[in-house]
Amino acid sequence: MMAEKLDPLALAGAKAKGKRPWFLDNTDAERVLNITLVLMQEVAVMRERLDTIERLLERDGNITREAIEAFEPSKQEADERGLWQQEFIARCLRILQQDREALTEGKEASSEEVAEEFAEGG
Amino acid sequence: MAQKDKSAVYDGPPDYRVVGRHGVYPEVSHDEAARFNFLAQMNRYLSKQLMPGVAEAFEARVRPAFEAAEGREFANRHEVRKALAKDPAWQWWSALRRATMESRQQAGRWTTIRQAEELADKVRELTEGDDRLELDPCFEQPRSTAAIDHHCMPGSYYTELFPGDVSGAANYDIGIFATTGGMLGRFNDGGGVAVAQWVKQNLPDFAPKRILDLGCGLGHNVLPIAAAFPDAEVIGIDAGAPMLRYGLARAKSMGIENVRFIQGDVSRLDRFEDESFDWIQSTMFLHETSYKLMPMIFRETRRLLRPGGIVLHVEQPQYTEDMSLFEQAMRDWDAFYNNEPFWTKMHEIDLDQWMEDAGFGHNTLIHGGVAAVVDPEVFPEAAKDEGQEDYGRKAAWHVIGARKAA
Repeated sequence: MMAEKLDPLALAGAKAKGKRPWFLDNTDAERVLNITLVLMQEVAVMRERLDTIERLLERDGNITREAIEAFEPSKQEADERGLWQQEFIARCLRILQQDREALTEGKEASSEEVAEEFAEGG
Repeated sequence: MAQKDKSAVYDGPPDYRVVGRHGVYPEVSHDEAARFNFLAQMNRYLSKQLMPGVAEAFEARVRPAFEAAEGREFANRHEVRKALAKDPAWQWWSALRRATMESRQQAGRWTTIRQAEELADKVRELTEGDDRLELDPCFEQPRSTAAIDHHCMPGSYYTELFPGDVSGAANYDIGIFATTGGMLGRFNDGGGVAVAQWVKQNLPDFAPKRILDLGCGLGHNVLPIAAAFPDAEVIGIDAGAPMLRYGLARAKSMGIENVRFIQGDVSRLDRFEDESFDWIQSTMFLHETSYKLMPMIFRETRRLLRPGGIVLHVEQPQYTEDMSLFEQAMRDWDAFYNNEPFWTKMHEIDLDQWMEDAGFGHNTLIHGGVAAVVDPEVFPEAAKDEGQEDYGRKAAWHVIGARKAA
């Protein structure tokens, strides 16, 4: 049916038609960001697999690859796993949270400025 | 005890494994499901955590800087967007949003292309010789789909990696969960269920015998309508052969037998006779057409409707004077940065006027709103999700339509 075998991995990462927009001032920084995000994704995948193995161990100790593939978390188990994902993302992207907080807190003194202030009249 | 408390506070997408598996659903491995879980969570984080930060940066930095430099307020949404594009809060949110979309495509394509042959075989078994699938091997893609791959989906709706390939359609199907954070429900049918319910509530006497769905794709929006009106003959029309092929197989495997899938150009529907439909529907489709096609579509729908018949277009809200320029600029993001080029222009027109120009009387126009109807025990509900506005992607829409005079 098929003339030649598909290469799923090459095809999976294909570029969509249309010039790609870049957002950060430094496109190399954005390339690294893209790579980092996928590494985050794959850590999350690995953590979910580990969590599955732990839960199978607790259930009946039957840890086979088949059992891992067939695993369906209960609602509560899924919620716990979802909560871990949220913690994980918040932890990884902490610096963006800090940027946001700095913005709403207005102008702040640096430690260097405060050091000078504390030393006044010394 | 501690675990119970944790569960009570969790507010986010369900596990991917709650997604409904119909007869042509690709095999999704444990790790592939986990990948979609992460992507759904990332989209949730982007809309709940980072997007509010963009709004704050706009008020704190972007607007004051523009007004100081120009000595006036913003005049339109494009000025707002261009000013936002220089701000780090918008830049980082955007860079991550684009990266998440591209990762979602990679994840879904890997899963579906690795089993493309098996999927094609399954679909062939279910559709071969079935006259409810009408494909046109000579069909040429309209410029509106050929110019760019919509929402960064390589190959768009129409590419076949080999004859009979449906991997693109299957990729679309299995990844909506990640893009919407689970908001469309078990079979991505929350929008269609909402439209069917809206019609039953608002037009209780309406008993359609023949329904046409424009730009039906793989049918996820029209199957719930077909299920709600099982005695109606339903026809979905779309430009993408793989979507239609997969769509019929998917519908049949779900036990929905009253839908036909036809490849064709939605602006040239001369295959259908005048006044031959009771209901013509489009769901999140107009924004993937063009100014050239829309009046043709509107005129064709009017020609095809029987007296007393309805046309409904479900879309994200139009940019009106009531909508802030900031919101308009944010809603334009998908147009400029997620390959939805017509989105911006489509949302600025006066849809009522365009419908009237196509011959629908002013007093026959229909306006409404719908939000995805999902199983609230399992899925997050867009209607109740007031703390979040994922500009342009929330599973809540406006309805513009008309009822042809009887």
